Amino acid sequence: MNIQFRKDERFRESFSYVNSDAGVLRFPFPFGEDRYMYSVNIEPHTRGGPNPAFAHAFDIDEHYVAECRERALVLADDPGRCQVLPHMMPAQWDTLELLMESFAADYPEHFSLEKNGDTWRWINRPLGIEQTFVFGRPETLPCPPFEYITRQAQGDFTLQDQRDDNLFVDGGMVTTQADWSLDFDIGMSFHEWHGPVPLAHDIGVFDRALRFLLRLQYGHPVRRLNWTMTINPRLDTSPENYPDWGPDRTTVTPDNVSEKVHLRVELQTLFRLPRSNAILFGIRCYLLSLKDIERVEKWRKRLNRVLTTLPPELVEYKGLTRYRDTVLAHLAPRDDGAPLSSGIQPDQTTLPPSALSNQR
Amino acid sequence: MILDAPLTARVAGIDPLSPTLKRVRFVPERGRFPTAAPGAHILVTLRGPERIWKNAYSLVTPPEQRDSYAIIVRRVEASRGGSHFLHDHLKPGDPVEIGPPTSLFPIASLARRHILIGGGIGLTPFLSYLPVLRARGAAFELHQYCTDDESEVFAGLLAEAGGMAMIHGRTNRRSVAGILADQPLGTHVYTCGPERLMAAVEAAAFAAGWPSGAIHKESFGSAEGGAPFTVTLARSGRTVPVSESQSLLEALETAGVEAPCLCRGGACGVCLTRVIDGAIEHRDHVLTEEERAGGRLIATCVSRARSDALVLDL
Repeated sequence: MNIQFRKDERFRESFSYVNSDAGVLRFPFPFGEDRYMYSVNIEPHTRGGPNPAFAHAFDIDEHYVAECRERALVLADDPGRCQVLPHMMPAQWDTLELLMESFAADYPEHFSLEKNGDTWRWINRPLGIEQTFVFGRPETLPCPPFEYITRQAQGDFTLQDQRDDNLFVDGGMVTTQADWSLDFDIGMSFHEWHGPVPLAHDIGVFDRALRFLLRLQYGHPVRRLNWTMTINPRLDTSPENYPDWGPDRTTVTPDNVSEKVHLRVELQTLFRLPRSNAILFGIRCYLLSLKDIERVEKWRKRLNRVLTTLPPELVEYKGLTRYRDTVLAHLAPRDDGAPLSSGIQPDQTTLPPSALSNQR
Repeated sequence: MILDAPLTARVAGIDPLSPTLKRVRFVPERGRFPTAAPGAHILVTLRGPERIWKNAYSLVTPPEQRDSYAIIVRRVEASRGGSHFLHDHLKPGDPVEIGPPTSLFPIASLARRHILIGGGIGLTPFLSYLPVLRARGAAFELHQYCTDDESEVFAGLLAEAGGMAMIHGRTNRRSVAGILADQPLGTHVYTCGPERLMAAVEAAAFAAGWPSGAIHKESFGSAEGGAPFTVTLARSGRTVPVSESQSLLEALETAGVEAPCLCRGGACGVCLTRVIDGAIEHRDHVLTEEERAGGRLIATCVSRARSDALVLDL
């Protein structure tokens, strides 16, 4: 599988972002039912399943090169987006080993890893990187090992230390986040960093999820999908940069709604790491415009139903208040109310041309 | 690393260490083994002529060693037979199935000093700790309690640990309380060995005012198996046996029953099934105390029967 990377995409200012038809069809649409509510929707992260994005330990797609460049831009402005507390050095090497071995095994045409004892040679062809280093010796890499490898990966990552029957977010690379701040959360316990989420605490979601994750075993990672919506194809919707993107929510009109509004899905994966016993939490972000969602009949109808019935607390927490009605006014005429299959799969293998879907 | 199948391996060598101790080395059939945590254990499937054993053993090899794994096994008279088979019948070249290395005995990331206290064969997890602690430049000391006639064997295994390892034979042994007295704040203690030793370590640490988070006892803690039982499916009238090494969910799946599930770890609640008759041993994180007491719902992925049989609404 040779991925054709879209190298000139921009996730800020003038925005340039396109999904191929195959890219649209592999989007991990998050709604398996017509209504959405929080649950412990965790399942084993085994290869396969209803979406091609689940086929590998870490998914790489056509946006890889552009997303790595965007990450470098964010870090240049704000190096604090990558922080790891000092006791997490074993977890840094665990992360580097896991990502390098997974990339090289799953995408051999793009990545290679050769080992000669502790001396490793890493080749990343899409980014043009060749690096020889000594595993366990940070000074042999251009930057610390966690930062080094997560600069070469799509999506955010955090490191959770496990102690006193709790998890603590003691490190992370967070540049493509849905309005949360690593700089603010670092060092917090599981319930502390989930504090702002509405409703879920009351139904015990976090108590159960924590007890489950404390027992997460090496070799048996788990995954879940989470979602929100974002105006414009912007990856960095951070509290730090709120002035740059918060006002975008006021710019949605009936004429531009299908191009401006994006469904933002996080494929979240959790891996137990061996040396450190920490948990690596991957938050892989996918953006799909309303215009592209509409080309999948099941998804456009289901999105209409989910947004119509979404509890008000979630509408507010996910920041949809200002433009949800505009989205619904656009989607409702395109939903005939017919029953839909359960599950997230698109139920079609080709897409109508993009332009046609705009005809009423 | 996604490990969705057992590791296939073969026995590369068996070294007798003493009349009752053998070290067994496994090599992978293909490629390399996964990186194992310090303190990890593996589930080894031993196929005898008449029965199969699944026994858990601590790895004595460090994380970086991926071309082979090694375990040390004591021949136990009162064992279920796995150690006899391993001592008397297993030979180099034999194929074995190994489960992924599991860690329930990790090194604490924030400890400022580590005290390792082993008893007899309970030394084994610390043999994988030592190279890691040394590489991290950690402050640690190891105390091994054993019989006088085995002190030489354990001294040999600990030779590379340097002066930080102390062997305490039957005579002239230091007390656990003495070891734990006057340790600096931030010290963690780890113990593995006979239950009596581990209880003594825990009691001494509590008596000296240590916080519970600084006391670590090895346990293979496998809540997965248990006594076998049978389950009757009320709607079809079928009866499905659940073996001691199987979950209820796995038994249903093996029997071709369409049973709902998602997380397979007792957290999501998707597999909850109505129980019509029988007593439940609840191991899930979902049900409330009232629901548990009611005894009408079971999480099939982790919970089992406390009675010989269950009747499910399936």
